[in-house]
Amino acid sequence: MAQIKKKTGFGRHRYVILHVLGVCKSSANKNHLLNTMIAVIDYNVGNVKSVCNAFRHIGCEAELSCDPKRIEEAAGLVLPGVAAFGFAINALGDLAEVVKRAALSGKPILGICVGYQMLFDESYEFGTHKGLGLISGKVAAIPSGRVIPHMGWNEVALPRDMKLFTDLPEKKHFYFAHSFYADVTDEETRVAYTDYGFELSASVQKANIYGTQFHPEKSGLQGLKVLGNFAKIAQRKARK
Amino acid sequence: MLAKRIIPCLDVKDNRVVKGVNFLNLRDAGDPVELGARYSDEGADELVFLDITATIRSRKTIVELVEKVAENVFIPFTVGGGIGTIEQMDELLRSGAEKVSVNTAAVAKSNILTEGAERFGAQCVVLAIDARRRTDIKGKWIVTVKAGTEPTEIDVVEWAQKGEEMGAGEILLTSMDADGTLAGYDNELNKAVSDAVDIPVIASGGAGKLEHLYDAIVDGDADAVLMASITHFETISIREMKQYLRNRGIAVNL
Repeated sequence: MAQIKKKTGFGRHRYVILHVLGVCKSSANKNHLLNTMIAVIDYNVGNVKSVCNAFRHIGCEAELSCDPKRIEEAAGLVLPGVAAFGFAINALGDLAEVVKRAALSGKPILGICVGYQMLFDESYEFGTHKGLGLISGKVAAIPSGRVIPHMGWNEVALPRDMKLFTDLPEKKHFYFAHSFYADVTDEETRVAYTDYGFELSASVQKANIYGTQFHPEKSGLQGLKVLGNFAKIAQRKARK
Repeated sequence: MLAKRIIPCLDVKDNRVVKGVNFLNLRDAGDPVELGARYSDEGADELVFLDITATIRSRKTIVELVEKVAENVFIPFTVGGGIGTIEQMDELLRSGAEKVSVNTAAVAKSNILTEGAERFGAQCVVLAIDARRRTDIKGKWIVTVKAGTEPTEIDVVEWAQKGEEMGAGEILLTSMDADGTLAGYDNELNKAVSDAVDIPVIASGGAGKLEHLYDAIVDGDADAVLMASITHFETISIREMKQYLRNRGIAVNL
C-alpha cells in the first residue's frame, strides 16, 4: 500500500513539473509540417547525451547529429562540450563552418560550457586557439587566488531582458565545472554574471546567439527551464 | 561563492535502494531511478549511488542503472562501489555519471586515483573513505575497506592527504560509527580531514536532524553534507534542509 501511494505521489509530482516547464510537445504536434527539432551537435567530446536526455525529458524533440543537412533543417542548434578548448575546436573540424553559417543566417544557437567558450574569438587554454568569432571576447584562465576548477553551484544574477531566463527569478544557482572563462568585450552582447571573487560571465545573448558557461542540463529544474526557453525561442523563429 | 551542497546517497543492492545502521540491518527504501528522479526534482544538488553488492554480476546491472538514471536525473551524480579499474571508470562516466568514487581499489592499488585523474580530470575522481574511530588512541581513525568489513592500519587523515596528492578531486568521508544512527555527523573527524586537505570534503554518516547539517558545515568545515535515512524515509525534505541552512546564514542553492 505504501508503495502504491508513493508511486502515485511521484507520478503526480512529475506531471506538475512537466506542466510548469510547460513546453514543446503540444506545439510540435500542432505543427506537423514544421520542423521543431533541436540538433545537438555531436562531435565526439564529453557526455553530449545528457543534453539530449534533458530536452527529451521536457518533451522537446532533440537529435544528436553531425550531419550538416540535419543541422541545416533543425529549428535550433546546441553546441555542447566537455573537453579542453583546443581539443574541442579541432574535433568540431569542418562542422565549425556549418555551425557558423547557421548562426549567421539567424538560426538560434546555444553554446554550453566549452561550446559557449567556442562562440568567442580565441582561447588561451594550452596554447592559443581560434574560436568561431561570433561574439567578441577572449577565453582566459580563471585568475589564481581561488579554488580552480570553479566547480559546483553558484548564483547567477539573471537580467530581465535575457530570453533564456524568462519566467525565472532575479537570481538562481546553476551548476558550473570549468577552469577557463570568457572575458566578453562585445558591446552588443547582454551578459549575466556570477560572483567567484570576480565577475565571471555565466551567460550571453547576442541576437540569435546564446551561451551558458554553466551546464543547464545538470542544473535541476532551473536548468531545464533554460533549455525549455531556448526550445521556445527556436520554435518561434522556425514558425516565422 | 559556491553553495554548500545537499547530497542524498542511494545505497543500491539487487536493484533496490537500501539503508542500514552501521552498515548492517538493511531496510528497503525504493527504486533507485524513481528515488533519484524525485531528489533531482526536489532540488538536491548532487546524488551518490553506491553499489553495495559490487559483485561481477552486479557490474552490468549498475551500468544499466547509470544509463537509466542519466535519462531521469538532471543534476550531477557520482557512482561508486567495487570500482577497480580505469576501464570501469570510463564505462560509468560514458554511461552518464559525472564522477566515480573509489575506496578499496585505491588502498589496494594506489595508482588508480592518479591514472583516473590524468585520464578523466581530478574533478571526476572521488576518494571514498570509510572511517572507524580508534578505541586505543583518542582523536584518531583508521581506514576500513570492503564495505566496512576489513580494517586496515592506515590513518584516515594521512590517507586523505595522500589521496589528494595522488589526484582525487574530492573526499567522501563516511563515519562508520555514526552511519545510520541519526545521532549527528562525526565532526571531529570532518574537521580533522577538512583542515588537512584543500579539496572539498563531503561529510557522511549520522544525519538525523536539521541542526546536524549545520554543525557538519560549521564545526566540521564540510563543503557538502550527505544523508540517506532522513530523506529516504521522508523525515525531512530537501527543501526544509535548504531553508533551514539559509535561515542560519549558509549559502545554499534554493
